[in-house]
Amino acid sequence: MNFFFEVLIGGLLSGVMYALVALGFVMIYKASGVFNFAQGAMVYLAALSVVGCMEKGAPLWLAIILAFVIMTLFGIATEKFVLRKLVNQPPIALFMATIGLAFFIEGLAPMIFGSEPRALELGIVDEPIPWVLDNWNMVISKFDLVAAGVAAVLVATLALFFQYTRIGRALRAVADDHQAALSIGIPLQHIWAIVWGVAGFVALVAGMMWGARNGVQFALTFTALKALPVLILGGFTSVPGAIVGGLIIGASEKLAEIYIPPVMQDLFGGNFGGIEGWFPYVLALLFLLVRPEGLFGEKHIDRV
Amino acid sequence: MLYREAGQFKTTYAADQQIFPIRQDRIGVIALLVVAFIGVPLFASEYWFSAILIPFLIFALAALGLNVLTGYAGQLSLGSAAFMAVGAYAAYNFQLRIEGIPILVSFICAGLTAAGVGILFGLPSLRIKGFYLAVATLAAQFFIVWCLTKFPWLSNNSSSGVISTQRLIIFGHELTTPVEKYLLVLSIVVVMALAAKNMVRSATGRAWMAVRDMDVAASVIGIKLMPTKLLAFAVSSFYCGVAGALYAFCYLGSVEPDGFSLEMSFKILFMIIIGGVGSIMGSFLGAAFILLLPIFLDIALPFFAELFGLPFSSATVSHIQITVFGALIMFFLIVEPHGLARLWQIAKEKLRLWPFPH
Repeated sequence: MNFFFEVLIGGLLSGVMYALVALGFVMIYKASGVFNFAQGAMVYLAALSVVGCMEKGAPLWLAIILAFVIMTLFGIATEKFVLRKLVNQPPIALFMATIGLAFFIEGLAPMIFGSEPRALELGIVDEPIPWVLDNWNMVISKFDLVAAGVAAVLVATLALFFQYTRIGRALRAVADDHQAALSIGIPLQHIWAIVWGVAGFVALVAGMMWGARNGVQFALTFTALKALPVLILGGFTSVPGAIVGGLIIGASEKLAEIYIPPVMQDLFGGNFGGIEGWFPYVLALLFLLVRPEGLFGEKHIDRV
Repeated sequence: MLYREAGQFKTTYAADQQIFPIRQDRIGVIALLVVAFIGVPLFASEYWFSAILIPFLIFALAALGLNVLTGYAGQLSLGSAAFMAVGAYAAYNFQLRIEGIPILVSFICAGLTAAGVGILFGLPSLRIKGFYLAVATLAAQFFIVWCLTKFPWLSNNSSSGVISTQRLIIFGHELTTPVEKYLLVLSIVVVMALAAKNMVRSATGRAWMAVRDMDVAASVIGIKLMPTKLLAFAVSSFYCGVAGALYAFCYLGSVEPDGFSLEMSFKILFMIIIGGVGSIMGSFLGAAFILLLPIFLDIALPFFAELFGLPFSSATVSHIQITVFGALIMFFLIVEPHGLARLWQIAKEKLRLWPFPH
């Protein structure tokens, strides 16, 4: 039973990491209706910027600030050169443009900062907490707990930002209806620039957490692939959805990875590891069949 | 001058509904086919067949499949490579398990198998759409590739799931040279492209386009969404499946499941974006563009680097390639969302008036 809980808690904590990336998607979708496939690439770019600046001799705090500046500038450039030109296109075209953007970053970032994998030291060690280990005989990493804390703070800040600030209100208005927002005098372009800046910030936080845990390398872009089932489970527009979805996906995929392969081995023989790769997607897919708008998504009524 | 249509009158409905109603188009297509079937085999080198022409035709077929689904029926899919994998492995297994099955029959069966799997993964499209569906098709991408690696029966118990395809024997004649394989692929692609062209002109195609433009409105005017969408998935996967079988049998000879990666799915998606979403010819143009671009960059980049005296490595080449791909996708979506096919159309309009501007 202890083992079960250990897997469960480990899964929940890694789910928090997925939720961190998923949040970046939700931010942009909520505020601009763009499904930003490039979020994973942005996480990669952010982590690379931090490491790259540190290699040039900057201390950690300066590197983080520089990375934030880079991400913001990048966001503004994206808005100016890509999104603004696609305003009246169908959402699918915007989505495909962000796939292009993802490739663009994935090629450009390593050209600037180098592509070899590197470690990112944040001063938090990835080792089990002794007290938990002694009392319950469970391995729970300090690092995961810190990540969970960071995620919690980030979510709280974002929720407050969306709910109570002027810009937050404007963001929500833009998300509801571009044209209506424009017609009451909300500057759409500024709003989108801000959104991409914020998304860059979220990507930075996620990139540092993931980078510190797994090293800064190209595989960081795959965090986006982990975040997608979280999103469809939680709903594209919901910040709490991203968190809850992340927890569900994280926990269920780890449990599946541990408990399903032996069953399949009994049935078919052979080795059935690697279920983690598709299990979240199939889970999310089955869930969608029951509830197409996701856990916290808004029910959408089509009008002709 | 070249495209003057004056004097071409239609006197019957049949004439009015031809695939190529303009005489110049008909002549052009026939000339193209003559060149492809007779001219190219006479003059092209072996390298051209095995490295450029055969993959071009195969990817064009896969792009055609995706274009049916995404361009005509409006269902975005990110899992086309997985359906190619289904086709490749199904063809291999039909050859392996059924004694004396003709290779073409096993290709068709492979397509049908892929179609079945496609319908299965198309089922969610009845309830979800847009981005949700795009993400859901990723489930197909990861799940299918995983299955092919993990169930040894599918790859005849080979370790890591690599299969080596059987010999290509058609009517007692074994195809070994690249030219013969090229001709086989070309024939299949021509037949299937014509079929697709006809399909999208038919009632089915119009139903797909109605669903694409607005599915609620389509169902209001009496189009049954479920069969229409599932048929789109089936046809699309059939095309991808046959493309996959050809990819394994006529291009590579031995394939592994991991070869049919997400990246390949994206490549096929890029082909239809650049070629033209919702255009049969666009699939061919896009496939040619996406396949030739890396070859061009491979040659051009070192040349330019030398010219400007820049440091250079093969890693840089691949980074530049990815960057250029990404930039091109965004460029096309912004500047010409209808892709190369639209550029060709514009060129035809200009030719119609040439040499007078108005």
